[in-house]
Amino acid sequence: MAEKTMRDAINEALHQAMAEDESVFVIGEDVAGAMGSDGDPGSVGGVFGVTGGIYKEFGANRCIDTPISESAIVGAAAGAALVGMRPVAEIMFADFIGVCMDQIVNQMGKFRYMFGGKSTCPAVIRFAAGGGFSAAGQHSQAMYQVMTSFPGLKVVIPSNAYDAKGLMLSAIKDDDPVLFFEPKVLYQEACEVPDEMYTIPFGEANFVREGDDCTVVAFGQMVPKAAQAIDALAEEGISCDLIDPRTSSPLDTGAILESVEATGRLVVVDEAPPRCGLTADVAALAADKAFTSLKGPIKQVCAPHSPTPFSPELEAAYIPDAEKIKAAIKETMA
Amino acid sequence: MAIPKEKLLQAYRQMKTIREFEERAHAEIMNGQIAGFTHLYTGQEANAVGVCEHLSNEDTIISTHRGHGHCIAKGADVVGMMKELWGSSEGLCKGKGGSMHIADIDKGILGANGIVAGGPPISVGSALAAKIRGRDNVAVSFSGDGSVNQGTCFEAMNLAVVLKVPAVFVIENNYYSEHTSIDYAVGCDDLKARTESFGFPVFVADGSDFFDVYEAAGKAIEHARAGNGPAGVFAEQGRYHGHFVGDPQTYRGEGELDELREKYDCLKKFRARMADSSEVSSEELDAIDSEVLALIDRAVDEARSAARPTPEEVTRDVYVNYHATA
Repeated sequence: MAEKTMRDAINEALHQAMAEDESVFVIGEDVAGAMGSDGDPGSVGGVFGVTGGIYKEFGANRCIDTPISESAIVGAAAGAALVGMRPVAEIMFADFIGVCMDQIVNQMGKFRYMFGGKSTCPAVIRFAAGGGFSAAGQHSQAMYQVMTSFPGLKVVIPSNAYDAKGLMLSAIKDDDPVLFFEPKVLYQEACEVPDEMYTIPFGEANFVREGDDCTVVAFGQMVPKAAQAIDALAEEGISCDLIDPRTSSPLDTGAILESVEATGRLVVVDEAPPRCGLTADVAALAADKAFTSLKGPIKQVCAPHSPTPFSPELEAAYIPDAEKIKAAIKETMA
Repeated sequence: MAIPKEKLLQAYRQMKTIREFEERAHAEIMNGQIAGFTHLYTGQEANAVGVCEHLSNEDTIISTHRGHGHCIAKGADVVGMMKELWGSSEGLCKGKGGSMHIADIDKGILGANGIVAGGPPISVGSALAAKIRGRDNVAVSFSGDGSVNQGTCFEAMNLAVVLKVPAVFVIENNYYSEHTSIDYAVGCDDLKARTESFGFPVFVADGSDFFDVYEAAGKAIEHARAGNGPAGVFAEQGRYHGHFVGDPQTYRGEGELDELREKYDCLKKFRARMADSSEVSSEELDAIDSEVLALIDRAVDEARSAARPTPEEVTRDVYVNYHATA
């Protein structure tokens, strides 16, 4: 099996879905690129290269460049999906949710409910999410923790190339609106990815590591960092479950609780700030449903309550790393 | 343009149905029978009907918070709508949407919309779908004079031009965005020119006159349907009620509403024109009036006794499913 980067794995999923189903199209800023200029049309393929080659293979009718108009992009995807298309829209950086929140939350996320179950909105909105690029306050946020709080939306956070392809193919086939957050620091990370199409169901966590002493739940780019911490602790005789939920909505609460009941300890890791976030959410779940199993305090490892800083030293201090995760595991084991 | 008699009768029936639906809704709200926020379309009936008489079920509309008229004009079931206002599980949206979110996808009604200018971007998506599929359908967004100052409206208009999609932007100027005059809220003197500067034609109509709206909308829809990209319709006509039911309307000038109801009433104008042209007799219109009143009575009777939703409905229809189909 060939190794592929997360970027190429998602790109392959888009190509295959578009070849299989004529109702799938991509839309966004520079998803083709070089429109209206003397340059080579389609030569950009998205600022992170995720939609590369799609314009040349499928043409302008199904690889649609837009002006910088995020509300119009999400609205176009929502409207097309309401009448039966399966758009995959790109909103470049997850931070830009701030300029199209209404179209995501009040429009596409609520159609089905408000219309009495008589509509479907099979749209996927892709975002490059999270920190690690010294991109500062407006281009580094995770944002998926915010969007998880809105009923009607499904939220996907792949942590590796294999999952990214299978989750993207599930997202495109899903009849509900799906927000797909790609940790941009992982675009270049590679692993074995099958050439054929396959799906990974939503709401089914992946056990990245299995152990007896502590449950670690991590999201997105925190998954490889948590694995690094856990592998280091294994040398000290501490073994942990590492759970990657893969989707925060729906959340595989069963897998998390089962693990916590077995280990009696829980560390939750995310790169977003702590307030009203996924770590608090999972911690509350365990405190509510598995309290009597707990042998130590639930620990949350996340960014501090501040915007993402620019300076590489500051950002390194801001985003949780393997050392902080190790320390949290040891603290709850103490 | 000559309009066949059957269509004239249908247009009158639709306008009268909207009028009576709204007036009855008003009475029932004042009686405490209907919960929530309701925004009535009374007075503007010719706008919705003049546009929707050009549309089929395959064409889509998206509406506003003042959406009852658009939904009726596009063919929504009036009894189901009344049940929805009552919050019944037999309502068009099972009591989950209410007045501001009435939708019927099969009829091409992509929903009334509680967010001002929330609709135009979505309508451009429907128009884009028609273009990608190579169909000659159009997507109409109704929005008001309040919407024209929202960024989403600008974004949608520009994107529609850039992608050359069959979107028709119907701007209904009822002179007030909530409680603020258009003279205050729109910073330019010529809204038609400002809108046309996006790069599509705008056709202006007297919103109190069905025939004028029908003609203007016909031009705009034909332009879009023929693959020439988006078009706009501006229809001017005041609403007879407040922004919402219960609005004390302190912003109105003295005698303003009386003049509106007296001189700018689409039903009176329609009847006067028919009296002049003898295309339709007053007896035929009287007969429609009776049928409409009976329909609205029946709608209210059925809504009063319709099934109420049970608590387990709260979490139903949030999602289609929790797992993707393989």
